[in-house]
Amino acid sequence: MSKNVKKQEAGNQGHGTRKPSAQIIIGLGTCGIAAGAWDVWTAFEKELKKRKVKAELKQTGCIGLCYREVLVDVVTPRGKIAYGNVTPAMVSRIVSSHLIADKPIEDWIVLGDGYETSDTDFLARQYRIVLRNCGQIDPEVIEEYLATGGYKALEKVLREVPPEEVISIIKQSGLRGRGGAGFPTGRKWEFTRRAQGDKKYIVCNADEGDPGAFMDRSVLEGDPHSVLEGMLIAGYAIGADEGYIYVRAEYPLAVKRLRIAISQAREKGFLGKSVMDTPFSFDIKIKEGAGAFVCGEETALIASIEGRRGMPRLRPPYPATSGLWGKPTCINNVETLANVAWIVSNGAAEFAAIGTEKSKGTKIFAVTGKVKNSGLVEVPMGTALREVIFGICGGIKDDGEFKAVQIGGPSGGCLPAELLDITIDYESLTATGAIMGSGGMVVADQSTCMVDLARFFLDFTQNESCGKCVPCRLGTKRMLEMLTRITRGRTRDDDLELLETLARDVKVASLCGLGQTAPNPVLTTLKYFGHEYDVHIKERRCRAGVCTELVTYAIKDNLCKGCGVCVKHCPVDAISGARKEVHHIDESKCVKCGLCMEHCPFDAINKV
Amino acid sequence: MAQVNVTIDGRQIKTESEKTVLEVAKENGIYIPTLCHDPRLKPYGACRLCLVEVEGAKEPLLACATQVADGMVIATDTVTLHEIRKTIVELLLSNHPLDCLVCESTGQCELQDIAYNLGIEEIRFEGERHTYTIEDFNPLIERDPNKCILCGRCVRICQEVQQDFVYDFAERGFETIVTTPYDRSLIKTLCEFCGQCISTCPTGALTERLSRFKGRVWETKKTKTICPYCGCGCQIELYSKNSEVVRVGTEVKSGVNSGNLCVKGRFGYDFINHPDRLTAPLVRKGRKLKKASWEEALDLVALKLSEIKKKHGADSIAFLSSAKCTNEENYLMQKFARAVIGTNNIDHCARL
Repeated sequence: MSKNVKKQEAGNQGHGTRKPSAQIIIGLGTCGIAAGAWDVWTAFEKELKKRKVKAELKQTGCIGLCYREVLVDVVTPRGKIAYGNVTPAMVSRIVSSHLIADKPIEDWIVLGDGYETSDTDFLARQYRIVLRNCGQIDPEVIEEYLATGGYKALEKVLREVPPEEVISIIKQSGLRGRGGAGFPTGRKWEFTRRAQGDKKYIVCNADEGDPGAFMDRSVLEGDPHSVLEGMLIAGYAIGADEGYIYVRAEYPLAVKRLRIAISQAREKGFLGKSVMDTPFSFDIKIKEGAGAFVCGEETALIASIEGRRGMPRLRPPYPATSGLWGKPTCINNVETLANVAWIVSNGAAEFAAIGTEKSKGTKIFAVTGKVKNSGLVEVPMGTALREVIFGICGGIKDDGEFKAVQIGGPSGGCLPAELLDITIDYESLTATGAIMGSGGMVVADQSTCMVDLARFFLDFTQNESCGKCVPCRLGTKRMLEMLTRITRGRTRDDDLELLETLARDVKVASLCGLGQTAPNPVLTTLKYFGHEYDVHIKERRCRAGVCTELVTYAIKDNLCKGCGVCVKHCPVDAISGARKEVHHIDESKCVKCGLCMEHCPFDAINKV
Repeated sequence: MAQVNVTIDGRQIKTESEKTVLEVAKENGIYIPTLCHDPRLKPYGACRLCLVEVEGAKEPLLACATQVADGMVIATDTVTLHEIRKTIVELLLSNHPLDCLVCESTGQCELQDIAYNLGIEEIRFEGERHTYTIEDFNPLIERDPNKCILCGRCVRICQEVQQDFVYDFAERGFETIVTTPYDRSLIKTLCEFCGQCISTCPTGALTERLSRFKGRVWETKKTKTICPYCGCGCQIELYSKNSEVVRVGTEVKSGVNSGNLCVKGRFGYDFINHPDRLTAPLVRKGRKLKKASWEEALDLVALKLSEIKKKHGADSIAFLSSAKCTNEENYLMQKFARAVIGTNNIDHCARL
């Protein structure tokens, strides 16, 4: 911690005094740090000192180019140039060449005015509202947020716009909840405003739990004030004087930056009694979640804040009438709230002009898996899936062939290549059997087994089921067991039919969103990749070569030189053969570890 | 409460609003299976068996938590619902010991009844089953987590009715289990052994140790009576086999106790046939207590009280009454002290 604080001070050097002409801005989101951003920071500190170069060392959040971390922006009078995949070893050259000699190192440039790189499209083809400040400002310095027009929207509503009108602005904008279900935000606010209660709450749901989704974390780490401002405006609109941010404890950096942001906002008089000297009072508390996926469900989230076990309860009553401590409560997702100030500042019409008829604005997707450029992509609703995966993210890694994309995390669905041209909005995604969800997008190529993928997500949901209702607790468990049997070639005759029946029953009969959506990966893979299930069951084969028990290793007679390397590496002595003669694998002994194939110098061993 | 008209399975029914679909169905003899429902508790929605189809609703609704509204058209037993219910019960049975032959709950097990009513002949699902060890060292309550279907009724009755908070859920997913704080034996928790958890448990997960193997429910005779322990006058039902009380139960939502009982009322019956139990008055003759008739004993008491009063005055005698007596009996006691003996020395154990 002390290390961080020290570095933070170093990062703020120059504030209030005359600024050095050059700035070095390092992406210090969790992703950047994981890639070694602190080492790069230290290297810059040393190098600047050694070379006696006056440059301001600053931090920023994640810009979304995950595949290029560590990212370093160098700002000089010639403009801003970003270097990617920076290591401490590259620092010295950046300082000497770019800062001292004013010669940017073209080979390392990722983004920069006047430079065309393979990454230019990644940002240029996006439309950034929520991520407008991420990777641009120092999230721990409120002045930088203010400089972008921050808290102007709050001031405007507090001084000029009555709460009912704020709600109607949000309604007109067409903003829908970005947490997954897509409920119209303005209507949610209206319900809470109209609900009877002496006290009301606004809760920010930052319990981002989908594997592969990290947009909320990036917003909290990169632009926490935009979320606070959204909460303040929401609080003013619904008549709340207190807000909670329910954030995962596994996001320590987000928690830290939120705490800093809250205390800075208090100092500035944006939080606390008489916000901006108006009669409106509002304060925000942080509640750290203990890592249960189900706590993203709103009633479980409320139970968790109240100190109870995170288990969903029956609705109605909805939180809008009886939520936290039994009081009317409005729960909005991070991304939803981060849109609010923009909408107030730019007007509902401008927001509503983006997107489709029923899905307005933009949506962030966390694109991961087998794509060339993985990262955060914010695009207008209605953008084609193909544009996101191929246009922005550059297509499949190692020029592989696209097979499927899992949209919406473990609650979403798996879509095939035939559906690449669908547009991304709530309705068209639901029609395919997937859901918008929080916006996770896991891309699979031909090396992914779809049965195994469904099994992976089911494994997650059945572990995370709160255990309350029977269909979710036992239904997902039995589905997982059936999928496991299929991937191991131990299928019962009726498993496939039963799997589908069970999936449908679990979807209809479960209590909360977790159980109601858990079968989606199974149902969509059955729908679009049914043939893979057939091959697993009827032929006892996994064409992607993922399900080890359905894979056999074979030596090609024409390529084997009898060198014996495979024999040496086989841990179970399953390979035999005289020197310089074709070798053979004894299937009864083989444990399918794949070491022989990996080490064969002649590529003579393959999986079938 | 407004009058409303609803249609359940084609039957026109007049009823009051604020009642749930389940209540109205039950009052009219329409069967909707439930496992997590107990009229003493708030609707919970865990078992999902009471899903019914309501015209105009996108998804099936829970009968236990949906209030009737005028003009509501409800179907309680469609093919879809039947299939969903079968799936749910088969899922439960796929992780439930099928030892009904020796299970204490056979005959009064709600899971067994529902499986029968749904006509479940085979369990389509198979997979991992729990094999928890049954270890809870206490003389009264047997807890078998293997038979627990996690309906949460014990958890909720302990919280909502008893306010003792002995049970709660732990773990997640398939590993979810109802347990005590730090998995302690009930004796090491705040448990008062009221046995309310047993009274609501729909399966054999919570049973009484005292009545184990003493008689099947259909072999026993049920006698409605009032608990003799205190003046509350709780209504109880004695289950007896061959003139021996083998269990004490209650009828849910009836009597002053609404079907609830305390440890004494539920478990304090072993004295009935105990060899040490006094069944006749004893009078000390010499050094020994000898059996006597009521006439003889009461005459002796009357004689001795008169002698004491004559010799030492009425205030040398004091009367102590018991909370086990009814109000009327306590009234008579003080009347006897004041009017017959002539002293105000009358007190009651509840004041001590």
